[in-house]
Amino acid sequence: MSTILIIEQVLNGLQFGVMLFLMAAGLTLIFGVMGLINLAHGSLYMVGAFAAAAVAGLTGSFLLALVAAMAAAAMAGMLIETVVIRRLYATDHLDQVLATFALILIFSEGTRWIFGSFPLFLDIPDALSGPVTLPGGIEYPFYRLVLIGVGLAVAAGLTLLINRTRIGIQIRAGENDREMIAALGVDISRLYTLVFALGAALAGLAGALVGAIQSVQVGMGEPVLILAFVVIVIGGIGSIKGALVGALLVGLTDTLGGIFLPELFKLFMAPATASSAGSALASMAIYILMGVVLIWRPTGLYGARA
Amino acid sequence: MMPERVLNAVVLAGLLAVPLWALVVDEPFTITLATRAVIFALAAVGLNIALGFGGLVSLGHAVFFGLGGYAMGILAHHAQTFTPLAEWPFLIEGTKSMPVIWLVAMLTSGVAALLIGLLSLRTTGVYFIMITLAFGQMFYYFAISWAAYGGEDGLSIYVRNDFPGLNTLVPIQFFGLCFALLCVALLFTALLARSPFGLALNAARQVPARVETVGLDPLRLKLVAFVISGVITGLAGALFADLNRFVSPTMFSWQMSGEIIIFIILGGTARLFGPVVGAVLFVTLEHFLGGLSDYWHIYLGALLLLIVLFARGGVIGLLAGRARLHD
Repeated sequence: MSTILIIEQVLNGLQFGVMLFLMAAGLTLIFGVMGLINLAHGSLYMVGAFAAAAVAGLTGSFLLALVAAMAAAAMAGMLIETVVIRRLYATDHLDQVLATFALILIFSEGTRWIFGSFPLFLDIPDALSGPVTLPGGIEYPFYRLVLIGVGLAVAAGLTLLINRTRIGIQIRAGENDREMIAALGVDISRLYTLVFALGAALAGLAGALVGAIQSVQVGMGEPVLILAFVVIVIGGIGSIKGALVGALLVGLTDTLGGIFLPELFKLFMAPATASSAGSALASMAIYILMGVVLIWRPTGLYGARA
Repeated sequence: MMPERVLNAVVLAGLLAVPLWALVVDEPFTITLATRAVIFALAAVGLNIALGFGGLVSLGHAVFFGLGGYAMGILAHHAQTFTPLAEWPFLIEGTKSMPVIWLVAMLTSGVAALLIGLLSLRTTGVYFIMITLAFGQMFYYFAISWAAYGGEDGLSIYVRNDFPGLNTLVPIQFFGLCFALLCVALLFTALLARSPFGLALNAARQVPARVETVGLDPLRLKLVAFVISGVITGLAGALFADLNRFVSPTMFSWQMSGEIIIFIILGGTARLFGPVVGAVLFVTLEHFLGGLSDYWHIYLGALLLLIVLFARGGVIGLLAGRARLHD
């Protein structure tokens, strides 16, 4: 096994991780501030990807497509927040699960109705396509490097937003004591809508960016959503830092496990058995990671409360 | 408003009458639909013990449904290919006998529920939901990547498994078998709810701290409920696989977990017959709306939203009023 392969896989893992972070950050903010578990977050990811594919098809501009993805997802987010989600803040988690599950059904079938069952394709713009040569002579797709850059930039931006701005103060205060900040004159329902729209826009951005390397299709959001849950469980609910660390851990474990476990098993097994046993175990690796973190720290790495 | 007891009797009688009527007018497909509803109801009766009585919102019950399905698939696959399941440490053969398959399905699901419960019950609330969902996804991907048993394509069984004294390939006989099992499970649940264990579980859901002060361990109560729940859902999984003579990773999918919860909510949470009413309603909607439009899930989603937002008690709540506190 060569060093080049290892570095490539680490980069792939990072890229996967930062995209998971975009999803997990929104989920963890929404849970932290509003106490809501939102299963429909994956639908917003899908909405972003479809909006990007549609706009890119019409205008040919990738940048416009990204803007459209974030705008469409944020608008869809605001719409469901004001019509449905708002009624769920005071209810128990079971109601939240069911109502947002119902939203998934409506979003998925609605999208299938409008766009059909066939996947759409979103092309990587010419300026970002093709490989670049990294120090050490490693060829790596430029677009994936851009994704890592975008993800880290969003992480930095979010940290600044939460720690340094007035909105950030309100968000942090909302996580601690929502009655109190309402009493202090902050328009709490506007804050909730804003946080929801912000989370939705991040999910839409992730959908559009990932849509360019995978296909854009109905149901693309839910596997990512469930991984984002694993990320949050590992990182701790409500913590942006935890979401970033958890996302990178999950991204790296999943990518590296898929490559190295079958190789590891080949050392002491017949090749065919090794590759099937290895890939079966690799598919479970992140859940085993989650189990270990849970035994060690039931509220996640950076979680404050249960 | 009619008393819940009368409503339950009407539901059970109707569920038995429809396939018998279908037998008379020779509509075997309706019998299959009814069998499907009965099996879904059984799966949801299982989940209801954890969700309704124990307050454990498990979004991963497809794990047990799928394990039951694969217990049937794997045993029958080895029996029909005449290959042993394992030769070491001792010879294990496949089997086509339903009682044996059910036992294996229930044991496997029970062990899995014990392990998942031990881990997941360390947490509560939203963590619990996410973790059960994640475990479900783990089994789903494991089944997909396990090429020896069909991987993504699943396993097909040529002939339905045997039950002593019955010809299970005759739809009405297989229906009768599933219906009998559902009745046993309902009776068991009713007895469980009134037993000291059921009362303690109910209390542990409502005020865990008080249960602890009288010397009971709420965690252990919930774990036992979770295991019983998994065992019943696992049995339903084995029956479902036998109904289709096919098992695939979709039985493990998170949508399946969501649907089992939907059965309960459509009917009414923590009601003895809630899962039955919900499953029957679901299969009926699936059949009629599915025939009207390819996009029937939109209507299902809208209905579900309306029930969650405006009709908390589900259908039984609408027909029989609020649940009585002491039954």
